[in-house]
Amino acid sequence: MNAPLSQPKLFATPQLFDCRDAFAETLEALAATDETVVAVCNDSVGSSKLGGFKTKFPERLVNVGIAEQNMVGVGAGLANGGRLPFVCAAACFLTGRALEQIKADIAYSNANVKLVGISSGMAYGELGPTHHSIEDFAWTRVLPNLPVIAPADRIETAAAIRWAASYAGPCFLRLSRVGVPDLLPEGHVFELGKANLLREGGDVTLIANGTLTHRILTAAKLLAERGIEARVLNMATVRPIDETAIIAAARETGAILTAEEHSIFGGLGSAVAEVVVDHAPVPMKRLGVPGVFAHTGSAEMLLDEYGMTPPAIADAAAALVQRKG
Amino acid sequence: MEINELERMARAIRRRDLEAVYAAGAGHIGGEMSVIDILTALYFRVLKVYPDQPKHPGRDRFVLSKGHTACALYVTLAKRGFLPEEEIATFLAPHSRLNGHPNCNKVPGVETNTGPLGHGLPVAIGMAKAAKLSGAGYHTYVVTGDGEMQEGSNWEAIMAAAQFGLDNLTLVIDHNRFQQGASLADTNGLAPLRPRLEAFGWEVAEINGNAMAEVVPALEHRASRPYCIVAHTNKGHGISFMQDRVDWHHKVPNKDQYEIALAELSEAL
Repeated sequence: MNAPLSQPKLFATPQLFDCRDAFAETLEALAATDETVVAVCNDSVGSSKLGGFKTKFPERLVNVGIAEQNMVGVGAGLANGGRLPFVCAAACFLTGRALEQIKADIAYSNANVKLVGISSGMAYGELGPTHHSIEDFAWTRVLPNLPVIAPADRIETAAAIRWAASYAGPCFLRLSRVGVPDLLPEGHVFELGKANLLREGGDVTLIANGTLTHRILTAAKLLAERGIEARVLNMATVRPIDETAIIAAARETGAILTAEEHSIFGGLGSAVAEVVVDHAPVPMKRLGVPGVFAHTGSAEMLLDEYGMTPPAIADAAAALVQRKG
Repeated sequence: MEINELERMARAIRRRDLEAVYAAGAGHIGGEMSVIDILTALYFRVLKVYPDQPKHPGRDRFVLSKGHTACALYVTLAKRGFLPEEEIATFLAPHSRLNGHPNCNKVPGVETNTGPLGHGLPVAIGMAKAAKLSGAGYHTYVVTGDGEMQEGSNWEAIMAAAQFGLDNLTLVIDHNRFQQGASLADTNGLAPLRPRLEAFGWEVAEINGNAMAEVVPALEHRASRPYCIVAHTNKGHGISFMQDRVDWHHKVPNKDQYEIALAELSEAL
């Protein structure tokens, strides 16, 4: 676990940013200095924000068209031929349509391919459950060799992309398009499998990643007003999960709440629960999409409806504290 | 190697494959016998490979997309010096690195893991595209089964190869006309393959894929577009009672059948 941040940036800069911009800027910067960097996409130049990359490095944009199975296989082949492919597509199609390619061609073959799932979770809100990607943690985190990472802000997104480029192996980066505030400090260096301690507290631990991290941080502030001091962990890496931080949270705070823009089955909450059950059983509450196909609405509206407004998270955490032995 | 030497090598590989499948009590012998002439021509005549440096960046790439015929690939790789020949005896044995489908992280000379069908051609497209981007001069070969061409991912890849202008890619379809459960014609008949590939912008040749004198020049041919060899082969080729019999997709010979097959494969060429 990383050292606590003295001043989470959330409350100083309420402005929201689309993490895809940080992804695109970082990828272009990497490509400028590394000629092996290649972007692979499925007619998703716009939605993956690859327009700048296409202008600067047209020959290195490999657009396979609407063909996700081929897209992932091509990524594996490009890596075999010494290129450094970032395979970018809507997370729902990348993971759902090409899961067997991700398993066999990428994870099992241990191909040095960076899978970038764009607009994950319910970012495509009103387009409906066909376009939601609230199963991707579950589908990807069971695969050996495949780190699974969901950054919380534009700073962590840029850091994670840089880390991915330097990491000799495959990974799945789960990005959103839903605006989030800055949380991590400028110059943050991503460390695989290391949670970030965003707030110290001893009564309960709140754990999230992606679009939920800023919500649990705000919930912790509300809890403090009620006399409950919550520890807040940003846990971008879902696999390999930070067992040390989870076990310490269980032992030192006695209760853990998780929140994620994903089904409550098989995602971050499940991964945390697996560690808790094996090493330090304490009361837990998992917040997420409650095992349903979501109804029509924006991602933020749906997160609110499924009990993930900061006040609702605070209420759930307060109830959890009551369950402590 | 010259044609007659290649024919003798193919015969030796068939014999060792038969022995391995018989000893292991499992395998996919029909499709192994059909593809062995192609594998032999590739590894002993056509491919630029370096058995002592299996990851040499300039090596030609070969992908066996019909990964269930792994035993034939293992025997070929062993004969070519990528792994010890005696290791073939461990085929399918507990903890052997030679399982039923090839693993690129364990077996030298294997480029990507195959087994689920319809995976090899997309990966080969990526390999060929990488050479175009880097300026590397290697050529990429991929062998698919014909039943495997029923997988939609192959047609995604066929479109991409033409779009990318991959003249450094050769696809060989092992057209033995049988899949696991029945003939292609009785399942999802793809024949004739040639006009289908041509309609997708490929150059296509049709050969007898069990005749070395036709296999070698076809594999050595260079096209100005992606190139497909429709290799008409016989499932179970070289073993009279197996030939063109669907039940020999993954059947294992009994002792009497094994001895007959071994005798047939031991006849002088």
